Amino acid sequence: MSNDVALHGHPEVVGSHEAHAHHHKETFITKYVFSQDHKMIAKQFLITGMVWAVIGGLMSVLFRLQLGFPDESFPWLEDVLGRWAKGGKISAENYYALITMHGTVLVFFVLTGGLSGTFANFLIPLQIGARDMASPMMNMLSYWFFFGGSIVMISSLFVQTGPFSGGWTAYPPLSALGDASPGSKVGMDLWIISMAMFIISQLLAGLNYISTVLNMRTKGMSMNRLPLTVWALFFTAVLGVLSFPVLLSGVVLLIFDRHAGSSFYLSDIFIASTNTALPNEGGSAILYQHLFWFLGHPEVYIILLPAMGIASEVLSVNARKPIFGYFAMIISMFAITVLAFLVWAHHMFVTGLNPFLGSVFVLLTLMIAVPSAIKVFNWLTTLFKANIRFTPAMLCAIGFVSLFISGGLTGIFLGNSTLDIHLHDTYFVIAHFHIVMGVSAFFGMFAGVYHWFPKMYGRYMNNTLAYIHFWGTIIGAYLIFWPMHYEGFAGMPRRYLDYGIWESFKQFAELNKFISIVAIITFALQFLFLFNFFYSIFKGRKVKDQNPWKANTLEWTTPINPGHGNWPGEIPEVHRWAYDYSKDGRDFIPQTEPIDPNESKH
Amino acid sequence: MVTEMRNEHIDQKNKGTHPHKFTLWVGIASIIMTFAGLTSAFIVKKHAPGWSTTEVPVIFLYSTIIILASSATVHLSLKAFKERNMLRYRSLITITALLGLLFIVCQIIGFSQLWNAGITLEGSGAAQFLYIIFGLHALHVLGGAIALFVIFFRAYSSKVRRYNVVPVEVVSTYWHFVDALWVYLYIFFLINV
Ligand code: HEM
Ligand SMILES: [Cu+2]
Repeated sequence: MSNDVALHGHPEVVGSHEAHAHHHKETFITKYVFSQDHKMIAKQFLITGMVWAVIGGLMSVLFRLQLGFPDESFPWLEDVLGRWAKGGKISAENYYALITMHGTVLVFFVLTGGLSGTFANFLIPLQIGARDMASPMMNMLSYWFFFGGSIVMISSLFVQTGPFSGGWTAYPPLSALGDASPGSKVGMDLWIISMAMFIISQLLAGLNYISTVLNMRTKGMSMNRLPLTVWALFFTAVLGVLSFPVLLSGVVLLIFDRHAGSSFYLSDIFIASTNTALPNEGGSAILYQHLFWFLGHPEVYIILLPAMGIASEVLSVNARKPIFGYFAMIISMFAITVLAFLVWAHHMFVTGLNPFLGSVFVLLTLMIAVPSAIKVFNWLTTLFKANIRFTPAMLCAIGFVSLFISGGLTGIFLGNSTLDIHLHDTYFVIAHFHIVMGVSAFFGMFAGVYHWFPKMYGRYMNNTLAYIHFWGTIIGAYLIFWPMHYEGFAGMPRRYLDYGIWESFKQFAELNKFISIVAIITFALQFLFLFNFFYSIFKGRKVKDQNPWKANTLEWTTPINPGHGNWPGEIPEVHRWAYDYSKDGRDFIPQTEPIDPNESKH
Repeated sequence: MVTEMRNEHIDQKNKGTHPHKFTLWVGIASIIMTFAGLTSAFIVKKHAPGWSTTEVPVIFLYSTIIILASSATVHLSLKAFKERNMLRYRSLITITALLGLLFIVCQIIGFSQLWNAGITLEGSGAAQFLYIIFGLHALHVLGGAIALFVIFFRAYSSKVRRYNVVPVEVVSTYWHFVDALWVYLYIFFLINV
């Protein structure tokens, strides 16, 4: 038993036998920095994700200032941001750079890395009954690739020509031609390097999650007893390992177009800024879109599935009821995973896609609504007539369901190619995906953090702050994104610096101002959450109860502050599924309890 | 095998596939997706205007034979390892790695033949895809060769005296995979250009 562990005041939890072999002396570096403990890696992902969320959110505040107040200038902005806001105004180039970085950062670094990175790492081993991931080493590497990618992406903010500014989807020719815009120069190279590192990180992580779930479950933990969180994280990993490689191949071709003179994506281009006609012929920008969206659509479910899993678990625990339709939930997630690979062209209805092919994609797209609706039905039925405990986690999980319904419905509008001709690239799309993916995944994440914080840090977060944060954020989110649907119906396109030049959009000037003000307030409100989080790590009320939420899953059978290896002695054996709540007159029956012969069937 | 499992601090019972082998299979699936992405891009482009084709240099036939041979040697070396015939194992592993390097040399010769015939990366036809797809495949072979060298030196290091077959199986499965992948890519190009 090493002194170090005793010094840190952590209970020595690693068992007497084999687990001891790997429990070397822990130093600060191996414990907090290059840790191979899945719980520490989860915290690293979470906190890195939070830093990114603040940066990405701040970017949106800046461009909302421009959108809400296009005619005003804010001299103080120049004092704070220097060349980013010359004369107190966000220039066109910086505006595009900001929306691009905002999208990239939130989609990939916050809602992918930060969300599934955190909860897959934290929950998979704890809930399946494993001491750690299949390969703790790969797990650590995955975090450090993520971190490295983050640093590269950040550094692109500081280069002379600015970060990439052609949108988070990085369509060519803006992404393929250095001369096309300032951000297409070094900024784009850094974007590619950063994304390549991010993809490697995701692949390492996904491989690990899949083999851990399939190979390292404790005795009795058959697949049909897994908590839905684990199922969701498993499907997320499957989506990731099968779709990220395709983005990688798209990006490889992009690199060659940029630096080796090939023309995979380029054809017949005249660059006005340098007044030259390019020799490239035969390339097709649409090819890039196919490769991108083959990842891009699964990616939205990579973001959403972990939130779905967290919501299922939190809803069931706090409704004190078994999750309704456990198997239907799994099958729906499976259907979503399969369909996610078959609908990518719904992002391309207006690219000149063959209308017949388009109608096939309409059909497949609308089919996704079926498993989505099944899940919604199951969540609502779980809540129906339940004895709900309105913990902050529960509120966030309900908020998630609400947002998923609102945003899913607008997806059905967009999934019809004829409607999409009008709605494509308008604020309607912005509203759709922010509600269904952006904010709802954030609520899934909040629910997860509130619910598992006691397991992560052995303390509780403050409830009052959490309630204020919840209500403020959900009201703010709806106030920001709901009106955007109207703007989109009116045809207001996305990604423009100033809408004042259109007579027809002048009517929205006040609405845009309103949206911007709410966005700033809602952004500020997030610091309440951050404060609550960091304050509670050190000062929060201490957890005294090993199982504070009275939940069935295995993570609550570990000590309050589990060490590396999770269980001090043997890993517990599992005898039942995770959802025996309010059964046979008992409030809950943990998974570790053997089935009683007189027990009723669920 | 059991020793290795212990080092990985897993005390579950050992059911079915070893996690590392499993990880390899999932990794193989994602490599397949990379090449599926590239070859489907090829097919999409092939039917677009401005497409140009190229003869596939003959030397790639030789590299095919070489990599098939290396698949045989890696298979035999795994067999030798299982029979605890370490001497035979080491020599076969060395031959496999050398054949892998020879394969890469052949690929490079093939690329330079094309390049010297004036077909560079400029353009967007079959040849440009060939450089990228075959090049990316060669990188995967290189990775496999490095893995072979690693387990080769492991077999020499006196400290590690356990007969753990898992790493050898993992590397040999990977090797068969890059071999099969090559056969697919080669035939794909023969048919499609
Ligand atoms: C009922 C299910 C859904 C349907 C039918 C649907 C349909 C669509 C369609 C057709 C578009 C393209 C709109 C356009 O660009 O013109 C779109 C955009 C988008 N959807 Fe959905 N969607 C659904 C659910 C989701 C979910 C669950 C998520 C995320 C978790 C999501 C995330 C996105 C994103 C990020 C975009 C926009 C990407 C961009 O152009 O920047 N959607 N959706
Ligand atoms: Cu989509």
